[in-house]
Order: sequence, then C-alpha cells, then structure tokens
Amino acid sequence: MVSLRSPLKIVLLGSIGVLMTVWVVENPQDSVVARLVTYDKVWGLLLQHFYLVGASALLAVVTSVPLGIALTRPRLKSWAPRVLALVNVCQTVPSLAVVALSVGFMGVGSRPAIIALWIYALLPILSNTLVGFQEVDPAITEAAHGMGMKAWRVLFRVELPMAASMIMAGIRTAVTITIGSAILAAFVGGGGMGNLIIAGNNISRAQVLVLGAALPVLMALMADLFFEGIEKRAKY
Amino acid sequence: MNFFEFLISRWPTILSLTLEHLFIVFIAMVISVTVGVAVGILITKNQMAARIVLNVTNILMTIPSLALFSLLIPVLGIGKIPAIVGLVAYTQLPIVRNVYTGIMTINPAILEAARGMGLTEKKIMRTIRIPLALPAMMSGIRTATVMGIGIGAIAGYIGAGGLGVYIFQGISRSSDQMVIVGAVLISVISILTDQFLGGVQRKLNR
Repeated sequence: MVSLRSPLKIVLLGSIGVLMTVWVVENPQDSVVARLVTYDKVWGLLLQHFYLVGASALLAVVTSVPLGIALTRPRLKSWAPRVLALVNVCQTVPSLAVVALSVGFMGVGSRPAIIALWIYALLPILSNTLVGFQEVDPAITEAAHGMGMKAWRVLFRVELPMAASMIMAGIRTAVTITIGSAILAAFVGGGGMGNLIIAGNNISRAQVLVLGAALPVLMALMADLFFEGIEKRAKY
Repeated sequence: MNFFEFLISRWPTILSLTLEHLFIVFIAMVISVTVGVAVGILITKNQMAARIVLNVTNILMTIPSLALFSLLIPVLGIGKIPAIVGLVAYTQLPIVRNVYTGIMTINPAILEAARGMGLTEKKIMRTIRIPLALPAMMSGIRTATVMGIGIGAIAGYIGAGGLGVYIFQGISRSSDQMVIVGAVLISVISILTDQFLGGVQRKLNR
C-alpha cells in the first residue's frame, strides 16, 4: 500500500512543478518575465540547486556516518554524550548565520555555500547515527560476540542494519532542511532556485516569485516522500 | 579597521539592531503562542479538524522563509508587520503539534480516575489535561522561539530590521566584519534562548 502510494505522490508533485513552469514560460505576465523565465534558465537553476543539495548532503553522509560509528566504538564511547550535546547546541544556530559565517571567512561563491550547507546537514545525521547506535540493545551485540563474531562483523552485520532506519531518518531531515537552506545560497552567489526568488523580488513580478518559491517546496516534499520510503524499507 | 575597532565604533547600531531583533521575535512569539495554544486545545475536540490543521501547518513550514516573506510583500508591504505575520505562520507547527499531542497522550488511567471522581469534561481539560501537557507545550514553544530567532534574521531582507540587516548589508558591501558580527550575535542569541527555555522546561517537568 505504502510502496504504491508514495511514488504516485512523488510523480504528482513533480508534474505540478512541471505544469507551473510550463504555465509561467508559456503565459508570462510581461516581456520582463518572458526574458527572465525560460525553460533553459529554470532547468539550469534547478540543476544548480540539485548540485548544491547533492554535494553538501553527500559530503555530510560520508563524514558524519563514519564519525558517528567511530564515536560509538568502545574506545571513544565516553565522548559520545559530549559530542551529542555539542551537536544539539550547534543545531540551534540558524541556517542564515551558518551561511553568513562561511561567507565571512571564505568570500562568496558556491564553495562557501556548499561548505555551510554541509556543516548544517552534518548535525542531524550525526546525532541520529549516535542515537541509532546507542539504541542497539547491548544484549544483542553481546550475543553476537558470544557467537564468535569479530568486532567489525558485529558492526556491519548487526549494529549497522539495526541503526539503519534511524540513520536514514537523519539523512531525510538533513536533505529536506538543505533543500530549503540552499535558497539562501543565492545571496552569496551560490546560485540555485533562490536566484529566481531574489530576481522576482527585485523586479516585483509575483509570477517569478511564486515559481521560485514553489519549486523548492515541491522538491522538499518529494525528497521527504522518497526518503520516507527508504527509511521504511531500512526498518529492521 | 580591525575587528575590535569595528565593534567599538559600531556598538550603538549593533545594540539597536539586536534590540530590534529581540522585539520583533518577542511580539511574534506572544501572538504565536496565544494562537498556537488556543488552536492546539480547540482541535483536540475534533479529529478531522486536527488532521487538517496539522497538515496545513506542516506545509506552511516547508515553504522557504525567504519565499514566504517575499510573497507577503504584495499583500502587506515591507517592514515589521509582514515579518511578524510570517514568523507567526512559521512557528505555528511546533506549538500546535506539541499542545495537541501533549493533551491527547495523557495516561488514560488518570482520565478514568478523574471521570470516576465526577469531574466534567470541561473541568478535566482545565485541571488535568492542560497542566499535565505543560512540559510538552513548553518544548514546542522552545523549538518555535529558536526557529523564530533564525527566521527573524531572514526577515531583515524585507525591511523588518534586526540583525539580518547586518548580514545582508555586509554581504552586499562585502564587509566580512558586518557579516560575522550579525551571524555570531544571532547564533549566540539562539543558543542562549534555547538553554534558558530548556531550563524552564526542565523545571516544569519536575
């Protein structure tokens, strides 16, 4: 039931986005909008947005999952609560402040934007990885050890599968947040759908503004549904 | 100009922007908490209404804040009013959801006992459900307030004032010092508010 319905919803949301774009391109309210919004430009901005989100989310996954695993190993275990508390404090820092700070230290462009988004996406994944591993029943790992499994086998065959759905939940949160925060990248020259919102604002054309706002919302909803599906499948 | 000279020469502006930021967020949170708690309590009486309200607030929150503020410009103009309206809309979800779940997830045994003692539903709501839901409500208010401080910075873009102004002006004038001062102050305010409200929440939990 679920597996049938969520792809359908994703397709539905995607077609709403396509229809909106087609409508704005085919019926621009005046020549300014017509020049600003073409298929090429919308597609380009969409790809840029994907690039920002994809690069930062990928970086976040490959850094925070191993870090989370390392912090739950016996040798570093005592650090985990402190790191978790620090991560929780860092998560209260607003996204605009993170983006602004990276610009303050690295100048404008897509690189500081990606680094800011990466740091911001790292936090939910790291905290979920830590919690996911901490929640694995020690009796189960004990049993696995008792059966003669090596430490790395316990990790990959027992602990990781059990923490997988929690990690996926963190990735889901991170990706949806990043899609929204990536809009701010436009302020610092990182491009993406934020360009459309800012342009629509500067020339005060509601059509451009609404399109620029709607596409990231649809992207976020689609990503949420997509990762929800994966998260359910990862449930142990 | 080094960083400390910058701070010393600009501190009156920095202080007034900080106060402005706190003022906007405070007004927005007063409205938001009043509306959110009222709505959260009202929807406990009707499952259908609860589903609709929670879905609407959920969708509201996925709209990028920059876009929502921009969309409010044609309707409400620029300045503090659209900023406060936007902030109230944004911070509804955590408050409404936490009030609702807090009231709905009370131990049935306690409710049974209250009914057995002859309390009316109205009285149960006032003397049992709401007091027991207070920690959950407070946790929603905490999340909402911290969110509000961050989104309040983005409201600087539509002329609401506050510390966001320093960030946006700093970016367009490529003044790293302005950007860093704005960003650091907003972060510090968020963290301190979160810690303070967390303390309040723990006190309520006891």
